[in-house]
Amino acid sequence: MTTQIVEAQAGKAPGSTGSGWKRLAGMREIGLILIILALFAAMSFASPYFLTWENMRAMAMAFAVEGIVVVGMTILLISGGIDLSVGSVTALAMVIAGLLFLNGVDPWTASLIAILACTAIGALMGFFVTKVGLHHFIVSLAAMVIARGACLLGTGGRPLGLFTLPPEFKFIGQGSIGVIPVVIVIFVVVVLAFDFMLRRTTMFRKVFYTGSNEKAAAYSGIRTKKVIFLTTTLCSALCGFAGVIYMARFGSAQPTFGVGMELNVIAAAVIGGASLSGGSGTIFGAILGTILLSVVSSSLALLDVSVYWQDIIRGSILLAAVTIDHYLSKRRR
Amino acid sequence: MSDVILQVSHLSKAFGAIQALRDVQFELRRGEIHALAGENGAGKSTLMNIIDGILQPDSGEISLDGRPVRISSPAAAQRLGIGLVHQEIALCPDITVAENIFMAATNASRSLLVDYAGLHRRAADILSGLGDIDPSSLVRSLSISQQQLVEIAKALTLDCRVLILDEPTAALTEKEATVLSAIMHRLAEQGIAIIYISHRMAEIFGHCDRVSVFRDGQYVVTHNVAETTPTDIVNAMVGRVVDNRYPAKFQGDSTAAPAILEVENLSSPGLFSEVSFTLRRGEILGLGGLIGACRSEIVKGICRIDETATGTVRLQGETLTAKRYQQSIREGLVYLSEDRKGDGLFLDMSIAANVSALRLGLVSKGGIIDQRRENLQASDLGRRLNLKCGHVGQPVSALSGGNQQKVAIAKMLSVNPKVIFLDEPTRGVDVGAKLEIHRILRDLANAGVGIVVISSELPELIGVCDRVLVVREGRINGVVSGDAMTEQNIMYLASIDAEQARAGGARP
Repeated sequence: MTTQIVEAQAGKAPGSTGSGWKRLAGMREIGLILIILALFAAMSFASPYFLTWENMRAMAMAFAVEGIVVVGMTILLISGGIDLSVGSVTALAMVIAGLLFLNGVDPWTASLIAILACTAIGALMGFFVTKVGLHHFIVSLAAMVIARGACLLGTGGRPLGLFTLPPEFKFIGQGSIGVIPVVIVIFVVVVLAFDFMLRRTTMFRKVFYTGSNEKAAAYSGIRTKKVIFLTTTLCSALCGFAGVIYMARFGSAQPTFGVGMELNVIAAAVIGGASLSGGSGTIFGAILGTILLSVVSSSLALLDVSVYWQDIIRGSILLAAVTIDHYLSKRRR
Repeated sequence: MSDVILQVSHLSKAFGAIQALRDVQFELRRGEIHALAGENGAGKSTLMNIIDGILQPDSGEISLDGRPVRISSPAAAQRLGIGLVHQEIALCPDITVAENIFMAATNASRSLLVDYAGLHRRAADILSGLGDIDPSSLVRSLSISQQQLVEIAKALTLDCRVLILDEPTAALTEKEATVLSAIMHRLAEQGIAIIYISHRMAEIFGHCDRVSVFRDGQYVVTHNVAETTPTDIVNAMVGRVVDNRYPAKFQGDSTAAPAILEVENLSSPGLFSEVSFTLRRGEILGLGGLIGACRSEIVKGICRIDETATGTVRLQGETLTAKRYQQSIREGLVYLSEDRKGDGLFLDMSIAANVSALRLGLVSKGGIIDQRRENLQASDLGRRLNLKCGHVGQPVSALSGGNQQKVAIAKMLSVNPKVIFLDEPTRGVDVGAKLEIHRILRDLANAGVGIVVISSELPELIGVCDRVLVVREGRINGVVSGDAMTEQNIMYLASIDAEQARAGGARP
C-alpha cells in the first residue's frame, strides 16, 4: 500500500479546476490554435487578399460582437443550460434601442433600456426554467420565436435607418483607437474579464459545480436554481449588449438580424470545449472556436465558394469537433 | 470433471500500462453459487466483463462445457447462456416494468406488434417469485431496491446457464436480500451456475458454496465456504493479516460526556415524526433500520436539506436557527449523501475543486480563489485520510470507489465540522478502504467531532457505532448499545413496533 500525494502543483495549475483536466483543455486549445494557424498559412498562399490588414480587420470585426454572445452562451452551457434565443434577443435589442431613438430618446438611454429589456427576457426565461421547471431548450425556443415576432411587429418587418445617430455613439461600432477598432477593444475587455472570473472567482466556480452535478452542488449548500437563473439572465444581457453595439456599427436596426446566430454561437462554444451536458468549458476555448469558424467563413468567401456550401462546411466542422471530443472523453474514463 | 461449466485459464488483460488481469484462472461448476471476493481494482469486474463479452482478453482461454469459446459481445454471451446483472441499474425509467424485463426478447422478436397483455402476464409470473412489484408500473416510480429486482428478473428471462450478479444486494434491505438468496438457491438447484460478487462476508458465508479470491489482478485461491473463515478470506483479499476489523470503541462513560447535538421532536409531514435523541462527545451514533424507514430523511431534516422539517436542534447547547443547508454548514453540520456518484461528488472536476466545494470562502479572498490554498487544502486532507492519488488536480472520476469516498469525506472535513452525518459511508468501497474509513471515523470521534452513521450493513453498524438508534416507519423504535447491539435486536426493532410488541407481551 503506497501512499503518494504529490505536493500541490500550484504554479502549474492556475485554472479554476486544477491541472488534471486543465491539461486536457490546454491540449484542445493548442490543437485549435494549430488548426487556425494552418488555415492562415494555407489561405495566405491561396489568396493574396487574405493576409491583408483590411481582411484581418473585417474578420475580427465580424467575430468580435458575436464573441460577446459566445461568452454568455459558454457560461450558460457550463451551468447546464442552453439558449436558442440569442439571435432574436440580439435583434430585439437593436429594434428597441432603434425605436426609442427614433422617438426622441437619446441613444445612450435608449441602449440602456434595450439592454435592461433583454436582461428581463433572460430573467423571465430563468423563471420558467427554475421556478416552473421547464427545459431551457423549450423555453428559449419559445423566447426565440416571441422575440423575433416582437422585432417584426415593432418595425413592420422593415429595417430602421438611424441616420441621425450622433457620431460619438457610432464611434462604439465604427471608430478606432489608434489602429484598433473600438469593437475589438470592447470584445477583448469582455473576454478577459469573464475568462478571469470564470477561472478564479467563487461566484463562477459555483456555475461549474452546478453544471457538473446539480444534486451534488445542492448538497454542498449551493443554491443551484439561483445559479441557473443568473447564468440564463447573464446570457440574454450580453445579447442585449451585443445588439446595441451592432446598432452602432450598422447605423440601423434590422429586425431580421441574427437568424441562425444561435447555431454559430453554440458551435463555437462546443468546438472550444464546452459540454452540452454542463460542467466544462472555457472562455478562451470558446473564443478560439469563434475565431476558427470566422476564419473558415472568411476563407470560403475569398475563395468564391457559394454561401450555401459554407453552412455545410460549418456543420461538418462542428460534427468533427464533437466527434473528436467524444473519443477523447471516452479515453479519459 | 463433467460438472465444470465454465473454465477460464491463463487469462490476461492490460489497459495501457496497467495490467488488470495477470494469468488468471477460474472454474465454475454447474449448480453452484460461487462468490468472487477481492478489493476494488482486484480484477473481478474486468474478469466478469470478459466473460460477458464486453471486453476481449489479451491472451488466455475460456471454455464452456469443455469447448473453447470466443465471446465477442454481450449478445454472443447471451446466446451462450451467460447473463450479467450489473451493479449499476440500467433500466429505462419511463416504460413499464414488464417492458423492461422483456426488452431483449422484444428486441429479438420478429413480429411487428408487441403482445402487451402476454408481456405483462409473463412478467407477473417472473416477478411473483421475486417480490411485490406491479409489472405495469413505471420503473421510475420504483425504489432502488425494487429496480434491482427488476434487473434480476430481466436476466432470468434470458434462459441463462451462467448468471453473474455484481453486488446485487448493495442497495437491498436485509429482507430483500434474504428473498434474493432464496431465489439464488432455487436457480442453483435448477442447475444454473451463479457467480456472486459481494463485499459482504455475511452473504458469502451465508449463501455461497465456494469462494475465489483475487488480488491486484491475480488469482489467489479458491475455497469451499464450509472449510474457511471470513478472517481467512479477508486476509487473502488484502494480502496481510487483519487482526481487528473494527477500531476500538469509545472508552469513557457515554452518558456522562457532554452533549454535542440534541434533537427534540423533529418531524416532517409524511416522512418522520417526533424524533428525539442526544449525541454525546466521543461517541459514534448509528441509525439503523430498513430502507424506506426514513433514516436519510431524518438526517436531511436535521441539516435543513429538508427545509420543511419542524422541531428543535441544539448544537453544543445552542438552538440552531438555520433555515437552509448552507447555514447549517456554517454552524458545523455536514451531510455525506449515500449516492456518491449521483449527488455526492463532481466526478469530472478535480479533487481539489471537490474538496473545497462546501465553503469556497476558505480558499479564496474577496471572491477570488487562491489555487495554491485550494490545492494545499486538498493535499493536507488527502494525507490525513491516506488518499491515494497522483495529484490533487486529477479528476475524481479517475479514482477508485474507496478513494472517491475519501474525497467526499475530505470535502466534509474541509469546513471543520462539529457534527458529521454519513449516509452509507462504505457502500461500494473495498475492504482496505473500508477499514481505513472506520478508523478515520473513530479518530474524528476521539477528537470531539460528533458522528452519526447510517448503514444498512448490520455488522458495520455494530462494529463501528457505540449506540444504535433503530428507526422504523419514521419513528425511533428503540436504542441499543453495548452487548445489546446484536443483529437480531436491531432487525427486531427495525421490523416490529416496540410499543405494540410490549403491549402484546403484557396481555395475559
